[in-house]
Amino acid sequence: MKNEGLIYRISGPVVTAIDMKAAMYDVVRVGTEGLMGEVIELHGDKAVIQVYEDTSGIRPGEIVINTGETLSVSLGPGLLTQIYDGIQRPLPTLEKEMGVFLTRGVDADAFDLEKIWTFEPQVSVGDTIVGGQVVGHVQETDTIVHKIMAVPGAGGVVKSIESGDFNVTQTICTFEDGSDMQMMQKWPVRTPRPYQQKYPPVIPLITGMRILDFLFPLAKGGAAGIPGPFGSGKTVTQQSLAKYSDAQLVVYIGCGERGNEMTEVLDEFPHLIDPNTGKPLMERTVMIANTSNMPVAAREASVYTGITIAEYYRDMGYDVALMADSTSRWAEAMREISSRLEEMPGEEGYPAYLSTRIAEFYERAGRVETLNGEDGSITVIGAVSPPGGDISEPVSQGTLRIVKVFWGLDAGLARQRHFPAINWLNSYSLYPQSLDQWFRDNIAQDFPEIRTELSGLLQIESELQEIVQLVGSDALPVDQQLTLEVARMIREYFLQQNGFHEVDAYCDINLQYKMAKAILAFQESAKSAMASGSQLGDVVNVPSRSDLMRGRLNKGYIDTIDDMVKTMLAEIAATVEEN
Amino acid sequence: MGDVFKLPVSTDLIGRILDGAGRPRDGGPDIVADEKADIIGAAINPYSRRSPHDFIQTGISAIDCCTSLVRGQKLPIFSASGLPHNDIALQIARQAKLTGSDEEFIVVFCAMGITAEEYNFFRADLERTGALENAVLFVNLADDPAVERIITPRLALTAAEYLAFEKDYHVLVIYTDMTNYCDALRQIGAAREEVPGRRGYPGYMYTDLAMLYERAGLVKGKKGSITQFPILTMPGDDITHPIPDLSGYITEGQIVISRELHQQGIYPPINVLPSLSRLMGSCIGEKTTREDHKSVSDQMYAAYAQGRELRGLVAIVGEDALNERDKQLLEFSGVFEDKFLRQSRDENRSIEETLDLCWTLMARIDTKYLVRLDQKWIDKYHPENRK
Ligand SMILES: Nc1ncnc2c1ncn2[C@@H]1O[C@H](COP(=O)(O)OP(=O)(O)OP(=O)(O)O)[C@@H](O)[C@H]1O
Ligand SMILES: [Mg+2]
Repeated sequence: MKNEGLIYRISGPVVTAIDMKAAMYDVVRVGTEGLMGEVIELHGDKAVIQVYEDTSGIRPGEIVINTGETLSVSLGPGLLTQIYDGIQRPLPTLEKEMGVFLTRGVDADAFDLEKIWTFEPQVSVGDTIVGGQVVGHVQETDTIVHKIMAVPGAGGVVKSIESGDFNVTQTICTFEDGSDMQMMQKWPVRTPRPYQQKYPPVIPLITGMRILDFLFPLAKGGAAGIPGPFGSGKTVTQQSLAKYSDAQLVVYIGCGERGNEMTEVLDEFPHLIDPNTGKPLMERTVMIANTSNMPVAAREASVYTGITIAEYYRDMGYDVALMADSTSRWAEAMREISSRLEEMPGEEGYPAYLSTRIAEFYERAGRVETLNGEDGSITVIGAVSPPGGDISEPVSQGTLRIVKVFWGLDAGLARQRHFPAINWLNSYSLYPQSLDQWFRDNIAQDFPEIRTELSGLLQIESELQEIVQLVGSDALPVDQQLTLEVARMIREYFLQQNGFHEVDAYCDINLQYKMAKAILAFQESAKSAMASGSQLGDVVNVPSRSDLMRGRLNKGYIDTIDDMVKTMLAEIAATVEEN
Repeated sequence: MGDVFKLPVSTDLIGRILDGAGRPRDGGPDIVADEKADIIGAAINPYSRRSPHDFIQTGISAIDCCTSLVRGQKLPIFSASGLPHNDIALQIARQAKLTGSDEEFIVVFCAMGITAEEYNFFRADLERTGALENAVLFVNLADDPAVERIITPRLALTAAEYLAFEKDYHVLVIYTDMTNYCDALRQIGAAREEVPGRRGYPGYMYTDLAMLYERAGLVKGKKGSITQFPILTMPGDDITHPIPDLSGYITEGQIVISRELHQQGIYPPINVLPSLSRLMGSCIGEKTTREDHKSVSDQMYAAYAQGRELRGLVAIVGEDALNERDKQLLEFSGVFEDKFLRQSRDENRSIEETLDLCWTLMARIDTKYLVRLDQKWIDKYHPENRK
């Protein structure tokens, strides 16, 4: 057998080649156009190949060439600000080569191999370097220092080390055993990068979205699932996280979704400023866009490409956030390939290994001690698009079994234009226990208690609502009517947050706390005013309360809120005297 | 479709009627091709797209005010059998234009599995209004082969891409009925003994539909555009059925037709509450429609939603139990349907007329309850202040 074979059979993105020497995961070139593919099954001299480009028009008998390389991701300076397809081809390069429509058979380097970076060494001749250890660094963007690390498993005693201007393929370090290293390294796309140990997650990923940070917090290194029917806000939420969360680096995977949404990100991000660093958002972002009409096999790969890039930056000691929109499209790509392979279908036609793959993917999240002793994390946030919005289906269930945060989007809330349309009654986070100490130490001692009060009020509201449906709210005793007012304030003032509002889209965590306290202060003072004879209507309608609520839409609210609360409390107290 | 099917394309297509496989069905000559285009269509590089932001005025108040259509958008009509979606589509085809411009659309009309009667209705209307001269029709009727039905939208889109991206036209593609297309897909999948997905539709239907819908848009360096207006009928009026569900996951919003409004005799019976245009934010406002558009649209929507909800409550507790605000909102919901939604099939309202109408109707509600309106717009546009 040789490194060349012939196409024997074509079934969508799956091609079988015969008479070819191959190993699993070898990259092959399929057909006269040289379409890129990967060996995913071997039966004697038959190799089953997943093809990453459109296969229509290719025919049995055409040639297949094995490159002998495994499918891998190129890692090195130049990744940031890039936008890739699912197999890490930069879309701008493809545009240059192909025009605006994606044609086939074009190869592209993941980043500019000629670009010169100023390499500053951190090791000396004679040092012993192990895999993952940092040998030096370059300034990749204004905010990100890119550490150059030995490939895990490689290393040795340093024989020579360079300093100065190099491109990513030039040798910057040699070892006594004759091996050497460059700034670019490759890593097989389906293999997790190693680390020393996982730490428990104890630091929250602050998102600037009140309902998330306050009620359902996510830990740095944690994993969250956002299921929801179409149009409920998965993409807007993911994009808000990409914009405002306090991760140092963001990998955004548009997996089988809309082209225009990626364009929007591309148009917007270069002009948006990261509220945490004051620098353009694009400088901390890597994007992967394999839209719904692009080849499904590359969609399957896109998730792995993204998480491998995320792991690489984690290994440098960064806190990385990865968004995958939508993991359902990834699962569907698996389903399609599986059915082409004629595997035995499991639930709803998905392959039996679906839940294993989902679990393996989310397991690549985590806060770790890296091989070089740094503390780095990957937080994964996966959107799920359940058919008909019903989360009893396999992808939602497979996700919920593994993630510890569930942000459940609700069609009803979206229809009421309550955004973010996250259902506060059925969403959950299992992290508060491990994060509460951080909130106490860094925000306020009573932060967890305030959270419990807010969610308790919302819970009571939902019970009271059932009665209101039957008899109208006027039939309730006034103290319960007040509870309804307070809960309404939580919903309209605190939970609602327009993802597109220039001020309110991002809310500082300290301000969130002040707003939550303001609600409880209102409740408290209203109660005591009413105990002294004030009317509910007078208390809830004090003009300063609507000023307070509207104030959040203005810049500088964090500086004015305390005074506004004082004014409100004074006005409420004054309703007693009027009586 | 293993083999690549090609369509001869040329501007001679404009004004022609072809069958579902691209053969003339109007008795005219064969199309003399400038070139032959592959009908599968390559995906647009996401990096090469331009963001859509030009407002299309349809002349239908509910759409223009509440679910504004943008040039380059894919916005489907979710309808059901027996509802007047075809009338709405034709009205849009006739009236759609950019504000402040006389540029017309070329309509590419793609009929899939519709009855001869429906087809005649479309054709007669397009002929009567002269719209046919600016249209290309691809027609696969109910008794034409189902296999051809898979090809028909691809032919239509190939023609659309040629006209938009080679010849700089703005193209409006109307498909009717996507449900027939999906049923053909299911039929062929079953014949091939594929493992069926939900309700028997193939597991790859999402991707297949995306290959059609994602051919809408604008691209760098090309003047033309493709806007898609797919019509689908929801089996059993069920919006969670795979056809509307998968469509909704791909398109940029949806316009939902309501049987209830239709039965009340309201045309166009558009239920704005579940309807959505995701690109609306990018196309409305001072520069394109009017400065108060967003505020007005939010308020109209909120007031109508609250009014509708009160109808349920009134059924239980009676109207007397309502406070003043609720009474006004309840009354408004009726007026909204009767005066705002309702318009005749040839009534073409400009966006200014639509917004002014909104103000006239909202003026029936006490200003203090119109909390979503900015004070500065109340000062400027409220009928009381305009006198
Ligand atoms: N946080 C938010 N603030 C304001 N508007 C929102 C917010 N979330 C969602 N929306 C509105 O809802 C629309 C749909 O949201 P989005 O595109 O995120 O839905 P989705 O769940 O990703 O849907 P699909 O599954 O079809 O992709 C948006 O275009 C926007 O109008
Ligand atoms: Mg989305």
